[in-house]
Amino acid sequence: MNIQFMKFRKLALTFSFALLLISIVSLVFKNLELGLDFTGGVLVEIQLKENLEDLEQIRGLLDEKNIDNYVLNFSGSQNDVSIKIPGGADSSNAESLKIVLEENYEFDLRKEEFIGPQIGEELRDQGGLGLLLALLIMAVYIMFRFQYKFAVGAIFALVHDVLIVVGMFSLFSIDFDLTVLAAVLAVIGYSLNDTIVVSDRIRENFRKKRRSETIALIDRSLTQMLGRTLITSLTTLLVLFALLIFGGDAIQNFSIALIIGVVAGTYSSIYIVCNTLISMNITADDLAIKKSERFDDGMP
Amino acid sequence: MRFQAWKIFSILIVLSIGIIFSLPNIFPPDPSVQITTASAGDGFSNKFLDDLKDLSKKTDIDTLSFEKTEKSVLIRTNSYQDQILLKDYLQKELNENFVVALNLAANTPDWLKALNAKPMKLGLDLRGGVNFLMEVDTELLLQTKLESTASVIRNSLRDERVKTNFIEIEENKILVSLVDDEKTEIFDGIVNDLGNLDIDLDQNLVYELSFSDEEIDETIDYAVLQNLTTLRNRVNELGVSEPVVQREGRKRISVQLPGIQDTAEAKKIIGKTANLEFRLEAKDNSLASRVESFPYRGLKTRLEKKVIISGDRVSDASVGFDENGFPQVNISLDSDGGAQMHRATRNNVGTRMAVLFVERKILSNVDSGINSIKNFYDKRIISLATIQSALANQFRITGLDSPAEASELALLLRAGALAAPMNFVEEGTIGPSLGADNIRLGINSLILGLSLVLVFMIFYYKVFGFIANLAVLLNLILIASIMSILSATLTLPGIAGIVLTIGMAVDANVLIFSRIREELKRKLKPLEAITSGYNRAFITIVDANLTTLIVALILYIVGTGPIQGFAITLSVGILTSMFTAILFTRMLVFFIYARRRNIEKIWI
Repeated sequence: MNIQFMKFRKLALTFSFALLLISIVSLVFKNLELGLDFTGGVLVEIQLKENLEDLEQIRGLLDEKNIDNYVLNFSGSQNDVSIKIPGGADSSNAESLKIVLEENYEFDLRKEEFIGPQIGEELRDQGGLGLLLALLIMAVYIMFRFQYKFAVGAIFALVHDVLIVVGMFSLFSIDFDLTVLAAVLAVIGYSLNDTIVVSDRIRENFRKKRRSETIALIDRSLTQMLGRTLITSLTTLLVLFALLIFGGDAIQNFSIALIIGVVAGTYSSIYIVCNTLISMNITADDLAIKKSERFDDGMP
Repeated sequence: MRFQAWKIFSILIVLSIGIIFSLPNIFPPDPSVQITTASAGDGFSNKFLDDLKDLSKKTDIDTLSFEKTEKSVLIRTNSYQDQILLKDYLQKELNENFVVALNLAANTPDWLKALNAKPMKLGLDLRGGVNFLMEVDTELLLQTKLESTASVIRNSLRDERVKTNFIEIEENKILVSLVDDEKTEIFDGIVNDLGNLDIDLDQNLVYELSFSDEEIDETIDYAVLQNLTTLRNRVNELGVSEPVVQREGRKRISVQLPGIQDTAEAKKIIGKTANLEFRLEAKDNSLASRVESFPYRGLKTRLEKKVIISGDRVSDASVGFDENGFPQVNISLDSDGGAQMHRATRNNVGTRMAVLFVERKILSNVDSGINSIKNFYDKRIISLATIQSALANQFRITGLDSPAEASELALLLRAGALAAPMNFVEEGTIGPSLGADNIRLGINSLILGLSLVLVFMIFYYKVFGFIANLAVLLNLILIASIMSILSATLTLPGIAGIVLTIGMAVDANVLIFSRIREELKRKLKPLEAITSGYNRAFITIVDANLTTLIVALILYIVGTGPIQGFAITLSVGILTSMFTAILFTRMLVFFIYARRRNIEKIWI
């Protein structure tokens, strides 16, 4: 009794394309809300001794001092205020922000940050480089361990997952900072992990029964792995929700990115990878064991 | 089912090492305040201790204990917040003879200390504190070097009586045009002696001198390393426990000061772009336009405007004692500095030489809006001594009144020996309340995530779920012990990495167990199913974990600070989880099932 996953593969493909389209359109027209890490600038977070109705009074104070281009928010509750000046601001701006606030309010300084513009630029470059490097190394690894058709499938799946995570961040205007970038890279690791586990079983089944029809064989492999795939995703999601709910502001966006990524990664290892394999006409011959490829099954 | 004895043995060894080295984390150090007295020698009286206790009682701050040692008093507190409050309070109440500093009082039991086991360090985001990233201004550095090289060439040419049309600096080059072409050889000789210049002749017979890439790299390296030393000295003045001053990349230095709250104050000490100027005392017949006056010990002292060398030539200054036991300061210069010092002093024996301490101070005026910052230089004489003989790379300043004066002078000399100007490119402050919140949140989410996973595994895999849970717990212990052994710093993203590892660490066991279930469905006998489950899942697990490990490595290489923290715990977690999920669980399964014959049913 195999679940007929591949029966819905066209539908899944349409769904994926729709999601990807939304992500790309959002990225192009709405851009990514880059965090301070990447734009450079100044951030001051304070906790006031009393609750505020709204932020108009602070806004007035800042305008009075000719501080412009700022983003003023409540972070969390009505007494947590965050002020951000992205771009060309420097540490003297942070100082004057603090002084303006100190004259008018009693508060605890929670966090203060100044990031020079050159740092932001470097991090953007490094981040992009890191992503590309990760994709490239993964492709080579899978080509070496499996076969190029699997590598193509895995790369499609990874690009799919990364685009969707980044696209959702753009669509819902969530700050994309350094920790989110780390999460995206972790998503690559996770999604690939899933892809490999599924591919591994497909390869095994191809080698076992050469006569079987491709789609039925993939369905059987996916059915066999379904329990494992769901449980691993579930345990990972459990801890991620624990992080999201209890981890505090600092890792909230990190958790969101990973939650989207884990769901996308689980889905893509089933539909993106297998769709690619089917459209590339994977056959048992692709996976016939060559001598050099044999891997010793010896357990420790 | 077989499981060799040596495997059991090595697992037990890893297990015990893991437990021992993770143990210190159960005894975290107490945030404490340390009071030392500046007037060394006469320790603390018991009365002083009582006074301190009375003082502390006047505040709301809970103290754990007061410990008196020979030269200091240590007051332990409950939290990093209390620690800072108490420090600020005592600093205000005690007079200047006492130095009040933050400290971490270890609680590690002695037998663990003897094994050199230490708890993990907490990152700034968990403790609160200030961090700076400073960048050496390489352009200015190279420009200065170019200028000083040009002046050396100018002097040498003058000494050799070679006339020039001009010597000037354009962009990254020194342009030299000689009046007499026949003197080329002498010029070449001078340039070659300097040894670090590429030489080019353009069509107008103008020499273009520039530094080679190696020379530029070396200059930057030297400057960064020297600044590193200087910054360390300055940071030590701040009285912080466990400060971090380290190089980051080619031309940056990262400074982390746990516990400090006041960025402005820290910046004043770290960022005081001090410099030194060694100058000769003006002769009576010196032109007024070449003389400048400074007060020194109440007297007006006239100095030559010409600077012999500045602080970037000083490589070290330390306190020592001369043959008669009087304190002195030993100064080392780099080779250029030594040569310049020799040239300047050989004809001036008997004259006095002054060392000026130059500080760049920043006046920021906030009322008139943002960005009104003024720089000005504050110069004062820190030493005025008679030149006894021609000086070179190594010389000493004697005739100091006390060891204290000597160490003060050495400190100032070192502080001024900043090789190149630096800019702040990144700054951050985490308040102690946020730090405390972050610890609480991190631990809460760790406990919650962990319990959810543990409960789920027992529910789903029963006996085997329990085995997997033991593996997850052992995994946590191993991560903690490896982090402690590496003396890695735990940050909030690091905790996130650990939590994520828990979620993913069960994957290996899930793979094995679901394989065992499949094999059981294929009517294999329980013991055979277990063996085959472990064997078949092994490659998949290695493949899957290796890829994640590669990603973690890329994160570590590409990332900085917080990302590296995440990458470290993630990769440590992956490695330990492979050990615990495969080897350790297999050993447990072996202990439970191997001795029994004819098992009909296993609880999985």
